[in-house]
Amino acid sequence: MAAVTALRSSCRTAGRLVCIHRVRSCSGIRFIKSKYVCVFDKSALKFSHQQRLFRTSAVSCGQIVQFKLSDIGEGITEVTVKEWYIKEGDSVSQFDSICEVQSDKASVTITSRYDGIIRKLHYNLDEIAYVGKPLVDIEIDASKGVSPEEDVVETPPMSHEEHTHQEIKGHKTLATPAVRRLAMENNIKLSEVVGTGKDNRILKEDILNYLAKQTGAILPPSPKAEIIPPLPKSETVPAAPKDRAHKIPVPISRPIVFSGKDKTEPITGFQKAMVKTMSAALKIPHFGYCDEIDLTQLVQLREELKPLAQIRGVKLSFMPFFIKAASLGLLQYPILNASLDESCQNVTYKASHNIGVAMDTEQGLIVPNVKNVQVSSVFEIASELNRLQSLGSAGQLGTNDLSGGTFTLSNIGTIGGTYAKPVILPPEVAIGALGKIQVLPRFNGKGEVFKAQIMNVSWSADHRIIDGATMARFSNLWKSYLENPASMLLDLK
Amino acid sequence: MVLQASLKNCLQLSCILRTPKVGFRSTTSGSLIIQSTSDDIYQNLAVEDWIHDHMNLENRQVLFLWRNSPAVVIGRHQNPWQECNLRLLRQKNIKLARRRSGGGTVYHDLGNINLTFFTSRKKYERMENLKLVVKALKALRPQLDVHVTDRYDILLDRHYKISGTAAKLGRTTAYHHCTLLCNADKFVLSSVLKSPYKGIKSNATPSVPASVKNLFEEDPSLTCEMLLDAIAEEYATQHQTDHHITLINPADETVLPGINNKTKELQTWEWVYGKTPKFSVSTCFNMVYKDSVLDVKVDMDVKHGKIEVCNIDLPEQWLPPAVCSELVKSLTGSKFCPNETTTVAATLLRVCPQDAELQSRWNLLCENMIMLM
Repeated sequence: MAAVTALRSSCRTAGRLVCIHRVRSCSGIRFIKSKYVCVFDKSALKFSHQQRLFRTSAVSCGQIVQFKLSDIGEGITEVTVKEWYIKEGDSVSQFDSICEVQSDKASVTITSRYDGIIRKLHYNLDEIAYVGKPLVDIEIDASKGVSPEEDVVETPPMSHEEHTHQEIKGHKTLATPAVRRLAMENNIKLSEVVGTGKDNRILKEDILNYLAKQTGAILPPSPKAEIIPPLPKSETVPAAPKDRAHKIPVPISRPIVFSGKDKTEPITGFQKAMVKTMSAALKIPHFGYCDEIDLTQLVQLREELKPLAQIRGVKLSFMPFFIKAASLGLLQYPILNASLDESCQNVTYKASHNIGVAMDTEQGLIVPNVKNVQVSSVFEIASELNRLQSLGSAGQLGTNDLSGGTFTLSNIGTIGGTYAKPVILPPEVAIGALGKIQVLPRFNGKGEVFKAQIMNVSWSADHRIIDGATMARFSNLWKSYLENPASMLLDLK
Repeated sequence: MVLQASLKNCLQLSCILRTPKVGFRSTTSGSLIIQSTSDDIYQNLAVEDWIHDHMNLENRQVLFLWRNSPAVVIGRHQNPWQECNLRLLRQKNIKLARRRSGGGTVYHDLGNINLTFFTSRKKYERMENLKLVVKALKALRPQLDVHVTDRYDILLDRHYKISGTAAKLGRTTAYHHCTLLCNADKFVLSSVLKSPYKGIKSNATPSVPASVKNLFEEDPSLTCEMLLDAIAEEYATQHQTDHHITLINPADETVLPGINNKTKELQTWEWVYGKTPKFSVSTCFNMVYKDSVLDVKVDMDVKHGKIEVCNIDLPEQWLPPAVCSELVKSLTGSKFCPNETTTVAATLLRVCPQDAELQSRWNLLCENMIMLM
């Protein structure tokens, strides 16, 4: 005991109260070294006069402290400020990152020593900052966080300890100020919470678990990475989530903590492109026409042709067939491959069938097109699709690939779905969405039930120049080509 | 809170690491030598982050050995457009990564080894680490003329740079890492580290170009494995620990919880490109259209990798002013990225008057704009 007091008083003269915590099991005193706080470095000593001033003045709200740039090491005296993580007016907690400075190939993260509000940044970006000189001014909110609960000890302003001690019947509970605040906001006695941190420290997860048990509700999982216990204890891990799943939520009147906030961000890039395109599409009066296609024969054909294409180095999916069949159909119904001008005075029948294929990439929707399908073979279409797909996923499609489309197919079925309501991409006048291929029972000519590979197609067309009959006839033609692939041979050029 | 939980976890990490090792005394003291089983730059950088954030280095030090498949690595505060040929990188499928330490740009491939020295913040000492490397090299091949400069480079034959250094200091821990050229592809190295982009004005840390040489050229019997082994041995001797190299799989969440999130973060556009300090591009180019040559002047301000201000000066009436201003408006706020610009341009083409002449002029302008990115 005596040793403790002596230590405390010597530390006071040095200007800092050192955090000493007692380990319950052992009677010795463990001195926490400068893991968190540099006790005897120069900046602390410089700080000592300000400490003394604090001691004499009463606890007031908002004492401005000048946080000085601490020693970087290797005798470095100046650094360049490269990035600020906070701005004036932001509130910071202890250990939050304040800024990034650079000195001679070393990048240093400066973290806050205090909880408080940033009042002044002493440097702008790319300015030189000096070790030992003030970096930021922080307004310490020492008076804040004092709760009426009797188990919370009021923090004296000079003890910028990393952890606040709570004397509850001689049992010290350790928790950071942020955790204490969370407990206070939810009217929780820290003595009732089981701490799972080092030395039974109470962590934020412990408060949330405590709350979950209170309300019986299942709280949203912590956004931080789940720390998985080491291998020997791994059997307990699957047990925990199971327990949660079996708990029936019984809401009691305790408030549930939800710290999520709405996030607003500007629309740019891919999303902006989509907004523009779809807003323009609104001007087009759409009508829809849907049908189902029996792809049983096509599935078989593709199975036979896949290895042949593989030998030639091309991956053969169903799309090349759909695209070629569409082009054959467009030859009979060229109005579907046309474009209506701005004033709706003229229709331009496009000579080339540049069939667009909707592609889902990491950044969003992109629609490259296969040029001149009317003079391409199924194999050529397949190899071009491969090229577009690999460029698309690498984010390297060129303007030429993305412009000049005259008709579009969207194979949403690869992800899922049956019927859809696709939106026409101006300046085109028609689009088709293909659902997934399902195995369904159907009746054949003899009235017997057989297994059919069924895919649904949903067309949308511009009703200003396309009528329902045209769309239906085109769809029937396309359907007949696909249901009986051999018939495509008759019309191939 | 995460820190405290993972301090508990670092003890568990060392428990796991302890089992295969013979004669490892206690859990929180004694230095450790680890080697990555992966050659993915992002995974390996994530391991560095993980150790920096989660390990207690108060009483121990760690040496991390790693190699990468072809990648260009820029420093924390650098500008990738200024430092390397991004077009070439995309073509050759060479990855681009931004590390968290400072310093300049380097090219990695399997002929280059990387060493990271982890210590507590107080024990951060780069010169010692580099002297250790030189000592190891000299022990392996006494005839090698290698020495450390005061810029923390290692030079071969007093002239050629074989190693570059960078460091990261956090609140309680620090690391110093360096490269070592054993048998890297110098041709690719020099071509990717040459930026073709003109007119960039920026306060980003510039790299200092240097003549490089491979150790292999000096002594063809040297391999990366020999170098790694020699350095590990010297480290083990100096730190009085076993010369046992523990292998680490950077995708293993059980040993390194949270590592996959770190890996993902390092791969995001927001980190690699978005962290570029504010810069401006002021350049002009010629476009050949039919029989005439046109001068185009472009000025752009880029912040967080996104175009804040955009100005395109075209010969009058070459494009309808409405169309041109639409392009400028769409580019503003978009990423300074060819993929995004292509999409934006293609979209605008859809909604403007369908005139073949206009479209071909538009495509030409956009292609040239994309070349700037």
